[in-house]
Amino acid sequence: MSPRIAILVAAAVLAWLVGVPLAVGDRPYDIGVLTTASALSVISAGVWLMFYIGRIHIGQGAFALVGQYAAAVAITKLGLSFWIALPLAGLVAALFACAIGFPILRLKGVYFAMVTLSLTEAARLSAQSFESVTGGPRGILNIPLPGAVEVFGLTLVPDFGEVNPHIALFCLATLLAVATFAALYRIVNSRLGWLFRSLQQNEDLASSIGVNVARLRVVAFAIGSFLGGIGGAFFLAVQQSVYPSSFQVQDSIYLMLYCFLGGLGYVFGPLVGTFVLFIAFEFLHGLNEFQPLIYALIMIGLMVWLPNGLLSLRLPGSGPGDGGGRPPWRRWLRRPENRT
Amino acid sequence: MEQVLVNGIYLGCQYALIALGLTLIFGLMGVLNFAHGQMYVLGGFVTYYVYGVLGLPFPLALVATAATLCVTGALFDKLLFRRVLRRGAREESSMLLAAGTALLLESLILIVFGEKHRGVPSLAPGVARIGDAFLPYSRIVVMVLAAALIVGFIVFMRQTRIGRGLRAIAQDREAALLQGVDVERYGMLGFAFGAALAGLAGSLLVVISGVNSGLGTWISIKAFIMVMIGGAGVVSGAILGGFILGMAESLGYRFFPGGETYLMLFVAMIVFLAIRPQGLMGKPWG
Repeated sequence: MSPRIAILVAAAVLAWLVGVPLAVGDRPYDIGVLTTASALSVISAGVWLMFYIGRIHIGQGAFALVGQYAAAVAITKLGLSFWIALPLAGLVAALFACAIGFPILRLKGVYFAMVTLSLTEAARLSAQSFESVTGGPRGILNIPLPGAVEVFGLTLVPDFGEVNPHIALFCLATLLAVATFAALYRIVNSRLGWLFRSLQQNEDLASSIGVNVARLRVVAFAIGSFLGGIGGAFFLAVQQSVYPSSFQVQDSIYLMLYCFLGGLGYVFGPLVGTFVLFIAFEFLHGLNEFQPLIYALIMIGLMVWLPNGLLSLRLPGSGPGDGGGRPPWRRWLRRPENRT
Repeated sequence: MEQVLVNGIYLGCQYALIALGLTLIFGLMGVLNFAHGQMYVLGGFVTYYVYGVLGLPFPLALVATAATLCVTGALFDKLLFRRVLRRGAREESSMLLAAGTALLLESLILIVFGEKHRGVPSLAPGVARIGDAFLPYSRIVVMVLAAALIVGFIVFMRQTRIGRGLRAIAQDREAALLQGVDVERYGMLGFAFGAALAGLAGSLLVVISGVNSGLGTWISIKAFIMVMIGGAGVVSGAILGGFILGMAESLGYRFFPGGETYLMLFVAMIVFLAIRPQGLMGKPWG
């Protein structure tokens, strides 16, 4: 990324951080939608990374739930601050991913997908069963809002209870999303990114030229789950409570959809996909009972007519818009602009 | 203990029927039918209307269910999956399409049939006693019907021309094409049969425990577990997986009445898959 683009991106983020609260700051619901979309894009970035190494991951909800519970337990039982619990939740989710990842990452394709699908359900059942830690079906309630962060008497982050919490959460979500996608961009454009792409193309071939496939895929799974855990912990700050059903199978499937909608071949795919789909979802709110139906139709239509995601739509004459390296599936797909 | 055994066999019959449909579609098309649980629920509702509301005889309800689901499955294949599969780029596309169809079917079922839990009058009143175990007659009827459907399916796959064609496609799609099997038409038939099996399982269930629109995802997860235990795309594996899950569930609910049963099942499954990723009957791969 050239310095010029970096400055532009930083300016855009700053404009977003200032502009949105100015425009809709007095409407908590609207700003809440944007907050949720940012946080969900962090979680779906983890799913995207798994797609990037060629795995279909439908269990991200499980790791978000783990993160949310880890943060809740850290805050209520251990008395830690939210700002410590947030990264801790990511680490706990990543640890879980390492433990589960070694056996299940040996599975490929739909087999991996089927196991991950049941992971979400397993996480919900665990949350219900281990009552002493998780509070069982009642969950953990009354989590305080994130407190202030002070270093040598200098207030870096104000107490969320003393400022407008909606705007504070919005800023936090935006910064998390920016950090996530900056990190993801960095990973994809590093040596690690090349290794991940090699896994996605052909694991056996990668293994034969000395790539430690077993370790790398666990690394990817851990990074993805870390993001899931962070996102889950953020939702703890929003909802101030956690239940076994906070993240369900349906959520896991939606997270996968966000990635698809944006486009699996683009680093910023999950970001675009989450925002478009989530905001569209809010617009459909008036149609109440038909909402999931319309959502399903959008999804099926996408698969039939726009299989490479929204970012594959390019205006004629514009340059390559994807941030990441070009994944090989672009070669396989017959797209109109490639025929010329 | 006998009760556990009897319940296990009863559950196993139903589960095997569900898993058979899923494995058929997977074996033929390479599509993981996410909507399988929703097809099952749809079958339950069709039976509820034909048998419970209209009061027509139960066999007729079964026929109506099978027909409805055959049409649904065939339409799914013709309008959606075939297009995406023909483009043939990646596994993910058909996976997501399948998830989309599941969501579509679930929301349609919710809109059309509502969210109430529906039951139908019992097929046969009374309870049989086998040793120390009790088994309602209606469960026996369901069990026998499920077993008959499974046997009928196997005979169909082995003895008829269509069955042979379907098996040929599952073994090697290109070779089957070269031998003159109409792959597209048979694929559609396979999808229709798979959907019908799911629907029939649903119409058997509605007699025992009723049906509601929220059951689908959970049934799909169960079906995935069975298929993973047995090995995807293998008929014997699906039946074995169904009976193993039925027995495990029956045992589990005897000793752990809460949600722990499935938690342990998930853990056991992950450990099992670490040792044998292709399932009991599946061919080794990768």
